[in-house]
Amino acid sequence: MIRINCPFCGERDHSEFSYGGDGSIVYPALDAPVEEWVEAVFQRENIRGVQTESWQHVSGCRQWILVERDTMTHEIHSVRAAHEGVAKVLEAGK
Amino acid sequence: MTRFSAWSVFRNGLSGQSGWTRQWRDPEPKKQYDIVIVGGGLHGLATAYYLAKNHGQKNIAVVEKGWLGGGNAGRNTTIVRSNYFLPGNREFYEHSLKLWEELSHDLNYNVMFSQRSHIALLHSPAAIDGAARRYNTMRLTGTPDAEIWDLEKLKQEVPHLNYGPDARFPIRGAAVQKRAGTARHDAVAWGYARAADSLGVDILQNCEVTATTRSGDEITSITTSRGEIKAKKVGFAVAGNTSRLWQMAGFNTLPIESHKLQAFVSEPLKPLLDQVVVFGVGGAHFYISQSDKGGMVFGGDIDWYKSYAQRGNLPIVQDVAECAISILPCLGRVRLLRHWSGVMDMSMDGSPFICKTPLRNLYLNAGWNYGGFKASPASGWYFADLIANDRPHETIEHFNLERFAQGVILDERGAGPDPKLHG
Repeated sequence: MIRINCPFCGERDHSEFSYGGDGSIVYPALDAPVEEWVEAVFQRENIRGVQTESWQHVSGCRQWILVERDTMTHEIHSVRAAHEGVAKVLEAGK
Repeated sequence: MTRFSAWSVFRNGLSGQSGWTRQWRDPEPKKQYDIVIVGGGLHGLATAYYLAKNHGQKNIAVVEKGWLGGGNAGRNTTIVRSNYFLPGNREFYEHSLKLWEELSHDLNYNVMFSQRSHIALLHSPAAIDGAARRYNTMRLTGTPDAEIWDLEKLKQEVPHLNYGPDARFPIRGAAVQKRAGTARHDAVAWGYARAADSLGVDILQNCEVTATTRSGDEITSITTSRGEIKAKKVGFAVAGNTSRLWQMAGFNTLPIESHKLQAFVSEPLKPLLDQVVVFGVGGAHFYISQSDKGGMVFGGDIDWYKSYAQRGNLPIVQDVAECAISILPCLGRVRLLRHWSGVMDMSMDGSPFICKTPLRNLYLNAGWNYGGFKASPASGWYFADLIANDRPHETIEHFNLERFAQGVILDERGAGPDPKLHG
């Protein structure tokens, strides 16, 4: 069981969370060329090693978070709120 | 190599089994090959075999980083079926099933293919209608053994299931493919290796690819843990680690994520289950059969997050155990013998790739999701055809990398562009 330290709820089992996917993807503008959308929706680097990925705490606060996790060892390096504004507020409150 | 026959078994029985020789050579890598297949799994070995047998190629190597049968070839639940709906998939998998039917004779190696029926349980009128549509399509397009069974027939054929009216999902019928079944997965790897070796293919184990050398739009050689090997043509067939190899070839992204899938085997039991039974409703996903040794072989969903680790997590163990008990309560006291996990190429639409690449002499075989085992004969057949003729056969022309940009995805499940949903 992976334990994820939710920035809102504290450390919980990963079974409380739902895996999103590659969190490093930046979606293009709505009127961007279709090639950029194909790249963002379908193409993946599929990193073996540390990657940033999104999870949602579905059985907790329901917030989306960004987790830096090693896809080989499952070691977690950092967890932060996915929403930049919220992440900043949390950071300032520390 | 000794050819297996009733006579050779009899003769060796009288001579203390001393007459058997090793099944394939362990050659030193040559400096150069016409064709190098990276990946000594079922797909890579089948490709080498059909390149030699169907296309008369003589100078072929298969390079494998570990040992034969150590990767996903030995990490599956050995189910073979061809109950596919979409054009592009169904012809391919039906061809694969036909190859399975002759495989033991073709390879002179008993792969223990057992056509014991694949029974997908149905739990609602809507599910029966959906299955009828799918299985009627199969009957109309060359798969004659598709049937829908009502509850009476199902109870006769598979008496041990939980037919109780208090079940969370009461069983109402089943969609059945009668020519489907199971095979012995190690034997498939060994049989293909032995048959390919006897046609002159060099199988190089403990030979990990660490880099590739490119010149313009082609690969000229691969660097391995056993030295540099030049190749005129290179085929990648390394499910699970396709993206890593792709990046070694100088590319960046693929429509693939690596996820791990667990499977389980119980202690051996007396004969209990004659068919492959599949349970999938709500959030459940479960498939089970009984091996010839008596072990119950079963599995469920992938581990739900991306991973390259060949070990499974415990929530899925619990999930699979819950599914097992809900349809076969008689397994409640059965002990688990082993469980294992393999790394799958989960593609963005749940369908595979057998295609050319931006490099002139590099070919890709990848993206098999859960379904690589049953596909391996046809996968090897058409990948060999692609490499030998440098053009995709019409049966596999949909299995390309461009289909996402073109909007002609092969999403059998209708799940959308998320690899973890294509179970």
